[in-house]
Amino acid sequence: MELEVSELSVARGGIPVLEGLNFRLAAGHALILRGPNGIGKTTVLRTIAGLQPPLAGRISLDRETMTYAAHADGLKATLTVEENLSFWAAVFGTGGIDAALDGFALRDLRARPAGALSAGQKRRLGLARLLVTGRPVWVLDEPTVSLDVEAVAMFVRAVRAHLAGGGMALMATHIDLGLDEAAVLDVGPFRARAAQEDHFDEVFL
Amino acid sequence: MIALLMRDLRLAMRAGGGFGLGLAFFLIVVTLVPFGVGPETGLLARIAPGILWLGALLACLLSLDRILALDWEDGSLDLLATSPLPLEGIVTMKALAHWITTGLPLVIASPLFAVLMSLPGAGYAPLVLSLLLGTPALSVIGTFGAALTVGIKRGGLLLSLLVLPLYVPTLIFGAEMARRGAEGADTTTPMLMLAGISAGVIALLPFASAAVLRVNLR
Repeated sequence: MELEVSELSVARGGIPVLEGLNFRLAAGHALILRGPNGIGKTTVLRTIAGLQPPLAGRISLDRETMTYAAHADGLKATLTVEENLSFWAAVFGTGGIDAALDGFALRDLRARPAGALSAGQKRRLGLARLLVTGRPVWVLDEPTVSLDVEAVAMFVRAVRAHLAGGGMALMATHIDLGLDEAAVLDVGPFRARAAQEDHFDEVFL
Repeated sequence: MIALLMRDLRLAMRAGGGFGLGLAFFLIVVTLVPFGVGPETGLLARIAPGILWLGALLACLLSLDRILALDWEDGSLDLLATSPLPLEGIVTMKALAHWITTGLPLVIASPLFAVLMSLPGAGYAPLVLSLLLGTPALSVIGTFGAALTVGIKRGGLLLSLLVLPLYVPTLIFGAEMARRGAEGADTTTPMLMLAGISAGVIALLPFASAAVLRVNLR
C-alpha cells in the first residue's frame, strides 16, 4: 500500500494553481505539505481525497483506504460527543469509540453536546474521528488549527501510533509539529505558470 | 446507511431540528383557508382536495433547503462523500429522512385537517392514499433540487423555483385522485399515474442527485 502522485496539476475554480507535483508516500511514513496561504495545499488534498478531479497527472491511491479531514470538522452541534463519534464508527463499519475518546482526552466530555464544546475541543473531536474510521491513509488539512500545545502533543502521539501501525499521513500545516520523522514538501516551486504570470487577483481584489 | 438515517432523524427531533415545521405550516394553511373563502360548507368541500394537496406540497417545500445545506455548511457532506457510503445511497437516505420527518406526519394528520375543510366522508381514504403515494416523490424531487443548489448561500428561493415546476405532475394527479375520491368516482387512473411518478423518481433521481452533488462539491 502506498500513495504515489505523479505530474499532478490541480485547479481551483477553473484556474490552475499547482502543476508538476510528484511525491511518494509509503506505509509508516508521513508527509507534510508547506507553502504560503492560497498556494493550493487544500486543493491538492481535496484532489487526492477524490472530491475534485485532477487537471492532469495521476494519483495512485485506493480511495477505500483513505480518510479525509478538512478545515470543518463535520460535527453536529445537537448531538453529543459520543453520538458524533458513534455515527462515524457506524458509517465506516468499525466497532468501538473508546480508543478515540482516550486518544484525544474526550472521555469526560462524552455526554456533552458538540455545540457546547470550545473550538479546541471541537477540533479534538474532529481528529478523534480519524481513529474511529480505521482507515490507513490520513489526508489532513490544517489538523492543528485552534489546538493548544497539549492537544498538539496528543495529535502527534496519535499520528506516531498510526504510523507505527503501518498507516500513512499526508497533511498540510503551518506550525512545527515536532514530528521530525515526517518528510516536508514545499509546494511553492510548483506554482502553476499561468498563476505566476497572471496577477489579476492581487491587482483587483 | 441506516446510521445516517438514524442520525438525521435524531437531528430532526433535537432542538432546532425542524421536525413538525411542515406539520405546523400545513395546519396554519388549512385553518386559514375557511377564513379566506368563507365558512360555506359546500364550497369548502369542493376545494378541500386541492387545498389539502397544495398545503402538503408547500409544507414539503418549506424544509427542502435543510436537507443538504446544513451538512454542507458544517463540512460533514465532504466527509460523507469520502466515506464508504455511495453518494447515491446518501441522497436516498436524506430523502427518506425528509419524508419520515415531513411527508409521513402530513399523511397521518391529513384526515384531521380534512375535517377542518369539511371533506365528504367518501374522500378520506383516497386523500390519505394519494398523499401516501405522492409525498415520497415530493421528498425525492426536493432532494434533487437541494443537491442542485447546495453551496449557494441563501439558495432557498432558487431551490423553490427549480423544484416547483417538477412538483406539478405530482400535484395534478394527487389532487385529482383526492377530488375523484371525494366525489365518489373511480380513482384508479390518477392513482396509477401517481404511483408511477413516485416509483419513477425514486428509481432514477438519486443517480441524478448524486451526480450533481459530485459536481457541486468540487
